[in-house]
Amino acid sequence: MSGFEQVLARYEWDQQQQRIEACTETQVVRAINRAAQAKKLSLDDFQALISPAAEPYLEHMAKVSQQLTQQRFGKTMLLYVPLYLSNMCSNICTYCGFSMEHKIRRTTLTMEQLAEEAQAIKELGFDHILLVTGESERKVGMAYFEQAIKLLKQYFNHISMEVQPLDTDEYRRLSELGVESILVYQETYHREKYAKYHLKGKKSDFDYRLATPERVGEAGINKVGIGCLLGLEDWRTDAFHVAMQLTYLEKKYWKMRFSLSFPRLRPCEGTAEINSPMTDRQLVQLICAYRLFNPQVELSLSTRESALFRDNMLALGVTTMSAGSKTQPGGYASDDSNLEQFSIDDNRSVAQVAQAITDKGYQVVWKDWQQGLNT
Amino acid sequence: MKTNIEQDKLVIAGHQFQSRLFTGTGKFATSDLMSQSLVASQSELVTMALKRVDLINQSDDILTPLLENNMKLLPNTSGAKDAKDAVFAAHLTREALGTNWVKLEIHPDPKYLMPDPIETLKAAEALVKDGFVVLPYMHADPVLARQLEEVGCAAVMPLGAPIGSNKGLVSQDFLEIIIEQANVPVVIDAGIGAPSHAALAMELGADAVLVNTAMAVSPDPIAMAKAFALSVESGRLAYQAGLGAVNQQAIATSPLTSFLD
Repeated sequence: MSGFEQVLARYEWDQQQQRIEACTETQVVRAINRAAQAKKLSLDDFQALISPAAEPYLEHMAKVSQQLTQQRFGKTMLLYVPLYLSNMCSNICTYCGFSMEHKIRRTTLTMEQLAEEAQAIKELGFDHILLVTGESERKVGMAYFEQAIKLLKQYFNHISMEVQPLDTDEYRRLSELGVESILVYQETYHREKYAKYHLKGKKSDFDYRLATPERVGEAGINKVGIGCLLGLEDWRTDAFHVAMQLTYLEKKYWKMRFSLSFPRLRPCEGTAEINSPMTDRQLVQLICAYRLFNPQVELSLSTRESALFRDNMLALGVTTMSAGSKTQPGGYASDDSNLEQFSIDDNRSVAQVAQAITDKGYQVVWKDWQQGLNT
Repeated sequence: MKTNIEQDKLVIAGHQFQSRLFTGTGKFATSDLMSQSLVASQSELVTMALKRVDLINQSDDILTPLLENNMKLLPNTSGAKDAKDAVFAAHLTREALGTNWVKLEIHPDPKYLMPDPIETLKAAEALVKDGFVVLPYMHADPVLARQLEEVGCAAVMPLGAPIGSNKGLVSQDFLEIIIEQANVPVVIDAGIGAPSHAALAMELGADAVLVNTAMAVSPDPIAMAKAFALSVESGRLAYQAGLGAVNQQAIATSPLTSFLD
C-alpha cells in the first residue's frame, strides 16, 4: 500500500462530503482571516473555504488570493503549450475523446513530424512545453519518449509530461533525460466510481495511479502536478482529496515543487453527460481556496476555459496558463482538428492571449528554467 | 564625527558602490516598470535569475533594460538545488554574460526557499577557486558567515526573513552578531518588506540591503523604489552618526552608590 493510499483509507467519501457541507460561516471567516494574515491554513480551513458556506465570501477570498499570489509570484504569468505526441490509447475512459472504443483516426508523430511541430511551437515563442499522449505502452512507451525528449531538448528549456503513469525507474530515466515535471491527475478519488469511468486498460488500476506522484518523487523529478477532473464526482470532495494529497506529498518530498490543475469536463467525441457540473463561480471559489490554503503552489489554467474566464482569473490566483493550444498530434505544424482529445474554449492565438495578459498589467513569462539544472 | 560620511563608500571585491541598495528583477508587472523602478532606486547592482533570462539572444524583457541602464549584473543561481547545480549555473552565466560575479542561491526547498548551508559552503569554495566573486545567500547563521568568509566570499548575504515574505528582520539578533564579526560586507537579503525594515538593517550596521518583492509588488513600484533609496541612505547616516541607547527607565538618584559621596 502506498503512503497516500493509507491516508486515503482513513477517509470515507460520503462522510467527508457531509463534513464539507456542514461547514459554517464562522469557520469560513476564520480561515479567510488567517490567510490574510499569512498564517498557515489547515485542511479543516480548506474544507470550510470550498464549502457552500463560503459562497457569500467569494469576493473576500478573491482579494486575499490576489494579494497572496502577487506577493509570491509577482504580476507575472508563465505561458506553456501542450504538444500532443499521440492519440493512440488502450484505455476505455467514459469521458475521454482518445478512449479506445472511439472510431477516430489514430496517429503518433514520427520524429520528423515532431521536429516540425517543435519548430512551429518554438516560433510561437514558447520555451515550456507539456508532452501529452494517450496510453499505449507498446507504441508510445519509454523507447519513444527517450527519442522524443532528446529531440525536444534541442528546442526547449522546460519539458513537462502528461502521459501514462510509469514505474519509478522509468521516471528516473526521464529525469536523467531532462524532464522537469510530471502531471498526473487522479480524475476522481472516489474509488468505486473511479472503476465506473475507467472501464478497461491500465488506467483502471486506481491504486497504481494514486501512487504515481510518490514514484515521481522517489525518482527525484523536480515537480509534480496533481488534480482531479471536475464534473465526474462531487467537486468539493474531490478537491478536498487533492489538497490532502498535496499536503502529504509536500511533507514527504520536501525538495519537490507542486502544481495544481482544475480541469472541468468538456464535451468531446462520444462522451457521457457530465455528472456533477461546476459553475464558473464555484471554479473561482476552488481556485481561491487552493491559493489561500497554499500560497506557494503553482496553479495552472488551461484553454479548456473560456477567454473571458481566463482573462479574469489571471489576477486571482492562477500562475501558469497554456495558450494557443491544439489538442491533436501535429496540430501546430498542420491543422486537422479531427483528431483532438477535447475541443478547447479559448481559441485565441498565442499573441492574443499574451496581449490580454499584458493588458491586465501582467508580464508574460516565456522562460523560467535553464536546462542543465537538476541533472 | 566617527567617520567621514562623505567618504563612506561600499566596496565589494574592489568595486565601489555609491548606493547601498541592491535590487532584483523579479515579479514586476512590465519590463518598463522594472526599468523605471530600478532607476528610481538608484541601485547599481541588480540580481536576476539565470533561469529567467534568455542567455542565447540576450534580448529579453529583463536583460535588455539592465544593459541599457548600465547596471552591474549580479546573476543568481536560483533554481539550483545543490552545489553541482549552482556551479553549473555560475559557469553558464559567466560564459554568456561575461561577469564573474554571482549571487549564490541554493534552495532545495522550493516552498520557503531556505538556503542550504552545506551545499552553499561547498559551492562557494569551488566558485572562489574558479575565480568568481561570490555573494552567498544564507541563513542568519553567524558561524556559517565566518566559514563563507574563510573560503573567500566577497560578501555575505544573510536573510532577514523568508524570501518574499515582507516580514522584516525576524532574524535581527543573529544579524547583529554577523555584522559584529564580519570582515567582509554584510548585505541583508530577503524579507525586507518596508523602507523601515531597510532603515533598521542599515542602522544595525549592515553594509547594504537587497530588496525586490517589496518594490515589485507595491501598487506604485517607482515611488516605493525611491522610498527604499531614501530609507537606506537615512539608515546608513544614522548608523554613522551613532544612535543613542534606549533607556527603559529614567536614571534617578543613586541610592546604591550614594555611600561614595
